[in-house]
Amino acid sequence: MSSATTNETPPAPVEAFAQVEQAGGPLLPLRKAGLARFAERGYPTTNDEDWRFTSLKSLTDLPFLPTLEPLDQALGLADIAEITFGQHDVNRLVFVDGHFSSDLSVISEQTDGVTVTNLSSSLNGLENEIGSLSANDENPFIGLNDAFFTDGALIRIPANGRLSKLVHLVFISTANEAGQAAHIRNWIEAGANAQGTIIESHLSLGQAAASTNVVTETRVNAGANLEHIKFQDQSLNAIHLASLHSELSDDARYAFHSFALGARLSRNNLRMRLAKPGIECVLNGLYMTRANQLADHHMIVDHAAPHCDSHEYFNGILDDQSRGVFHGRIVVQPVAQKTDAKQTNKNLILSDNATANTKPQLEIYADDVKCTHGATIGEMDDDAIFYLRARGLDTKTARRMLMHGFAGEIVDRIQHDGIREELDELVWNRLEGEHHLD
Amino acid sequence: MLEIKNLQAGIENKPILKGIDLSVNAGEVHAIMGPNGSGKSTLASVLAGRDGYDVTGGEVLLQDDDLLDLAPEERAREGVFLAFQYPVEIPGVNSAYFLRSAVNEIRKHRGEEELDAMNFLKAVKAKMKELGLSEDFLKRPVNAGFSGGEKKRNEILQMAMLNPKLAVLDETDSGLDIDALRIVADGVNRLKGTDNAQVVITHYQRLLDYIVPDFVHVLYDGRIIKSGDKTLAHELEEKGYDWLIRDAA
Repeated sequence: MSSATTNETPPAPVEAFAQVEQAGGPLLPLRKAGLARFAERGYPTTNDEDWRFTSLKSLTDLPFLPTLEPLDQALGLADIAEITFGQHDVNRLVFVDGHFSSDLSVISEQTDGVTVTNLSSSLNGLENEIGSLSANDENPFIGLNDAFFTDGALIRIPANGRLSKLVHLVFISTANEAGQAAHIRNWIEAGANAQGTIIESHLSLGQAAASTNVVTETRVNAGANLEHIKFQDQSLNAIHLASLHSELSDDARYAFHSFALGARLSRNNLRMRLAKPGIECVLNGLYMTRANQLADHHMIVDHAAPHCDSHEYFNGILDDQSRGVFHGRIVVQPVAQKTDAKQTNKNLILSDNATANTKPQLEIYADDVKCTHGATIGEMDDDAIFYLRARGLDTKTARRMLMHGFAGEIVDRIQHDGIREELDELVWNRLEGEHHLD
Repeated sequence: MLEIKNLQAGIENKPILKGIDLSVNAGEVHAIMGPNGSGKSTLASVLAGRDGYDVTGGEVLLQDDDLLDLAPEERAREGVFLAFQYPVEIPGVNSAYFLRSAVNEIRKHRGEEELDAMNFLKAVKAKMKELGLSEDFLKRPVNAGFSGGEKKRNEILQMAMLNPKLAVLDETDSGLDIDALRIVADGVNRLKGTDNAQVVITHYQRLLDYIVPDFVHVLYDGRIIKSGDKTLAHELEEKGYDWLIRDAA
């Protein structure tokens, strides 16, 4: 695979790195290596197969202004109350432009041995772990994140432990200057037979074209059950680049739910490694786009052990000139007999100018497996509308019900009752605002 | 109740119904039989108001109202119910939510008070029991992943809840084993009353062992070529349609 960047002048990140280098610290080797990885490839272009449908021009046209220092102006709870969930008794970690805000955060975890904190405050021992799950990925944004990340969440649930409360990670982009670039790094680890629910929200305060680059490494150990919800609702000028690397062990259950509602451009790279037998991995996502938004989910599910199940369900609702991109690659290695892998991507197109690109990619090297995939792109089902009308519901109600159902299929897979109900209402209110609904 | 006069309809300039006359009174059950391609399902679709069919002549009156002028939802509210041959799967839409919305639309239209969740559940659970549907049914999305028998029973459940004046059952027996057929037929028979009517469209006589019609009509090439009482159905079972088609030609 070739990268088409020509580096006659060094890209802005290389220049900006001097400040990071000067600061030094135990992560400097990781940071240097990351910068080198980025510099080698540069920003991906649409010539890269993995970025074929997703142009990064809106990002590369911007200056590169990493938010290496926290903002002077302090935010209060009132500033963020309007834009985020607030109805749950949670452990809440708030980061503003990639910097931890202890004033806005509430940590009241009750379970012994659980760590819920910000990464930079307790790096001891993690120097060698950070980057271990994302190391093999060629994505240049990981290198960039290695080089520039300022902070992020550190969550560790000990073996047999259970989070007594939901953990809510709130990432706020102040977005008051075009080109602001927050780099966030999260490390999440569920010990053997541990359980918990984590939700991360990504939101914008301002409307400037700011970017967020977030890398999350997740280790789910044997028998653990982790539910991970991501709610991205940044401003329609924002650029959101995310990479999630999860390594799952024996009989682990991991469900990741992605709600991509905001951002001009959002890209979620999901990399699942099913390393031991008996794993159940669910990737479940809803993208709702309008105006000139682009929402891209790009996943690789690597079945590297037998008797594992993986399911991917992604629904998109696309309006105006927006675009939804889905790339689902499933690799079933020779050892991974009795794999059960399912993948569906459904796109509901509300406007003549909206586009969906969907690309399933199954690579199966074992013979005793079940793998299915299906993709649809279309308008609302006329037969379904007629069926509802034949029961007395008018067209408008029928269309609303179908759209709600289409989104509801995804929302309903969230196990956490409170979050499911809140997201259901939020998604529904957002759909009610769709001008092409009727 | 229902008056069909010289109804002509087709798809994309292709005539399918070529002049149907049918009169159905309250309290009656009519069976419409006929070979494949005779226009049976087209008749059901035209009565329910499905898009894509052009009515080129004739009229349909429901209790003296012109049915063909009404949108599908208005027909439903006026009391027309079509039990679909192929009920549509609607993933993500909860069965209870859907059915309560439908019931309340129709109650509203009739000037009746809407059912709250409690009263709806009470009513629907009683009907579900009669149809042998388990309670988890209400939590499932409409028809999604249902077996053929479950889908047909769901149609009858909706019919029981909506309490139509005119029920049109389009090949409700197709895909049912004999036990399911009996349950479905029992459900239909329970709804029979002096103030409503049923039109049962079927290819096979076997459904009519359980839903006994007052009249049997044979549809062929878009016209009713023969009408009679229930003995006509038995005659068709024995002799097939060919003798009638020859006579009609």
